[in-house]
Amino acid sequence: MNFKLKDIGPQLMTVIAVVLVFGFFTYNAQVNMESRGIDFGYGFLSQESSFDVQFSLIEYDGSHSYFRAYLVGLLNTILVSVIGIFFATILGVIVGIARLSPNYLINKFAAFYVEFFRNIPLLLQIFFWYFAALRALPLPQDAEAMFGIAFLTIKGLYVPAFIWQNFNIFFYSIVAAIIAIIIIRIQAKKLQETQGKQTPVLLISIGLILILPLLSFLIGGVRLSFEVPVLKQLATTSFIYEGGVSLPPELIALALSLSLYTATFIAECVRAGIQGVGKGQKEAAASIGLTPNQVLKLVVMPQALRIIIPPTTNQYLNLTKNSSLAAAIAYPDLVLVFAGTALMQTGKAIEIVSITMFTYLTLSISISILMNWYNKKIAITEK
Amino acid sequence: MSKINFLKPDKTNLYTFLYLGSFLFFISVLDVLLNSFFSLNITGFLPGFLSFLLPLILGFIGLYFIRIELSGIKQLDLLNKHINTNNFNAILSLLIIFIILKSIPPILSWFFIDASFAGDSKDVCTGTGACWTYIKVWMRRFMYGMYPNGEQWRINLSFIALALLGSVGFFATDKFKKYLTLYYVVIYPFIAFLFIFFFISGGPVFFDFSYGIIAAILSIIIGFFIPNKFKFYYFLIVPFALYILLKYFIFFEEYIELGKLDGLNWVETGAWGGLSLTFIISFFCLIFCFPIGMAFALGRRSGFPLIRYISIGFIEFWRGVPLITVLFMSAVMFPMFLPADFFIDKLVRCIIAISLFEAAYVAEVIRGGLQALPRGQYEAAKSLGMGYWRMHIFVILPQALKLVIPGIANTFLALVKDTPLIFVVGLLEIVGMLNLAKTNPEWLGFAMEGYVFAAIIFWIICYAMSKYSYNLEQKYKTDR
Repeated sequence: MNFKLKDIGPQLMTVIAVVLVFGFFTYNAQVNMESRGIDFGYGFLSQESSFDVQFSLIEYDGSHSYFRAYLVGLLNTILVSVIGIFFATILGVIVGIARLSPNYLINKFAAFYVEFFRNIPLLLQIFFWYFAALRALPLPQDAEAMFGIAFLTIKGLYVPAFIWQNFNIFFYSIVAAIIAIIIIRIQAKKLQETQGKQTPVLLISIGLILILPLLSFLIGGVRLSFEVPVLKQLATTSFIYEGGVSLPPELIALALSLSLYTATFIAECVRAGIQGVGKGQKEAAASIGLTPNQVLKLVVMPQALRIIIPPTTNQYLNLTKNSSLAAAIAYPDLVLVFAGTALMQTGKAIEIVSITMFTYLTLSISISILMNWYNKKIAITEK
Repeated sequence: MSKINFLKPDKTNLYTFLYLGSFLFFISVLDVLLNSFFSLNITGFLPGFLSFLLPLILGFIGLYFIRIELSGIKQLDLLNKHINTNNFNAILSLLIIFIILKSIPPILSWFFIDASFAGDSKDVCTGTGACWTYIKVWMRRFMYGMYPNGEQWRINLSFIALALLGSVGFFATDKFKKYLTLYYVVIYPFIAFLFIFFFISGGPVFFDFSYGIIAAILSIIIGFFIPNKFKFYYFLIVPFALYILLKYFIFFEEYIELGKLDGLNWVETGAWGGLSLTFIISFFCLIFCFPIGMAFALGRRSGFPLIRYISIGFIEFWRGVPLITVLFMSAVMFPMFLPADFFIDKLVRCIIAISLFEAAYVAEVIRGGLQALPRGQYEAAKSLGMGYWRMHIFVILPQALKLVIPGIANTFLALVKDTPLIFVVGLLEIVGMLNLAKTNPEWLGFAMEGYVFAAIIFWIICYAMSKYSYNLEQKYKTDR
């Protein structure tokens, strides 16, 4: 006999319990929906949505479908997450390194920052920035220009828009520069391994990434002009800026609080990573004659990154999930647009909540699969 | 006096450099100090940007002069080692000192000097500082939500009672120490549940609760006179017997109906709120999420594939979705999954949702601890003839949990910080109450004070929790 009753018993019981619970829920859902006259189905996604969203990256108005509304929400979520991740990483790395500084003042300042922002609920921080701090900004007509081109007002941040001519040539030049840099890096590594020659890769890379786009301006016919926002009077007391790009205050408050909050966690990851590299490693590297820069680049960073990257990715994921708090200040993200407005209109609770959850789930699981793959790739193979 | 090279401070001219450097540094700090505290600009005669940068330049030169290695003066060496190691550090140190000096006066004046504390109406808040009167007037709402004013002693009393019962562990003698786990895991949550759902909620059920309390107190008092031999059986039987006696034979229902005994008013959970609701939710979620998380952590490491996959599915599902959608689900989707006549209170649904959500995180943390234990521990326990449960309860879990104290503390901190999210289902804890108060037409424009107030409260709670977890970690640290 290959199987034993002792092994089968507990498993069977668990499965039966799970099946019973789910069966109970489905049965009730069916009964409830029948009694309320709701039918189950995802057909509503192609219906006309007939509600407006105040901020969207793609063209959208009430005549578009619910699916389009879903896309608007998803894109807004991704936008705020990307902005948040960008600033949180920069701030987090700076604070994390500052935490390790031998300078007492810098060290304590960074520690204070981390302890302060980490221990206040994110929602409270979002409310603080949105309802208290950003409300203290000037009205559009009183706003002073920042560097003469951008305006930070109570109605949002107005920045100049880029107007490109022949943008694709510029884009190709950047792609070409990046490819060239990658090739040069590989070549330089080969050179070093076979002949021991050092190539100034960094200088060449900086040169390439500056010169190629510059060339595209000079000979490729790329033109860049700015559209500066201009104050326009709507009524006697109502002013607005026209032209340029306007970022709504909700987005600013959300991105600000998300990056300030997540940066504390990233800072701790960075600190743990750098501290995790043994002192002996640095000393050994120095004793074989590497310069301090080489020690950092070739010995400390590769090992520190191995410790830093997995928890930091986790924080990125958390930031993305936390961006759903946008619903609290009416930033039109996935939760607000889809699980809020669309749900209220259609009443399709099960379908909409399941789609929303499934979207976040897909995002999380795909990133964790990527992470596992990366972890396996960089793991130190021990004999 | 030997020749002085001002570009190269050295030990031979130590005192010249020391006095010069300290003087310059002192001048730069003084300039900023006067500027920020007395709005005096002693360098006003200089052109704008120079006057702005002067303290930085002077301070930098001053710090450069006093950067003398091994000067032999203890304080100077300490200073150099800590804030003045090189030019870059010197500038950063100066910047931080200046930022602190610059930010103290506005913060002080907003918090205390220009703030208004007195009075109980908006009219007193005319200054530029904070209006703490607003917090004072709304204090009850921030603490208790919409809970009726006359009944708030019930919340206070239950919290004090629970705090006292919770501190039993500190006073327990060695004899009772072995029962502490049982007490905290089973009895204490049960008492807390009784307190909150019968005492704070009130209503006719309250009588059952009060019989229970009377029975418990009576039986404990009598228990002192019972010989040790019978104590176990005594506590097994007598409290329940007393309870039944009280309920059905002494204070029976007629008395209540006759109006001779007046019960506590029923307060529906929708009226609960404020900081007390934050505590209630955190408390229950904390209690429930731990055993669930432990079960799923064990499930994920189980040898049975089906149980393992179910556990993985559960954990990854909850970890993959934001809490706000989970609460949405509990609010709009969950009632659809229950029989039509079956109603679960909003607060209970919330607690279930948050507990399940946090349980997934606790499970992952505990799994980390289980994986960190060397195989030898499992094998040694098995070789002693222990079964699965015995091995886990007596050998594996005590060690694994000790290892993951920081992780669990972080999860609990996240839980406390997540409680404001219950605004989604319409429950208003302290942040929700702030948002409500801020829209009151009589008290417009005091959002800042409210949020600062709540931030301070949350900060104190979370900071205390993290420090406590650190102490706990140090206490249970064992060398292996």
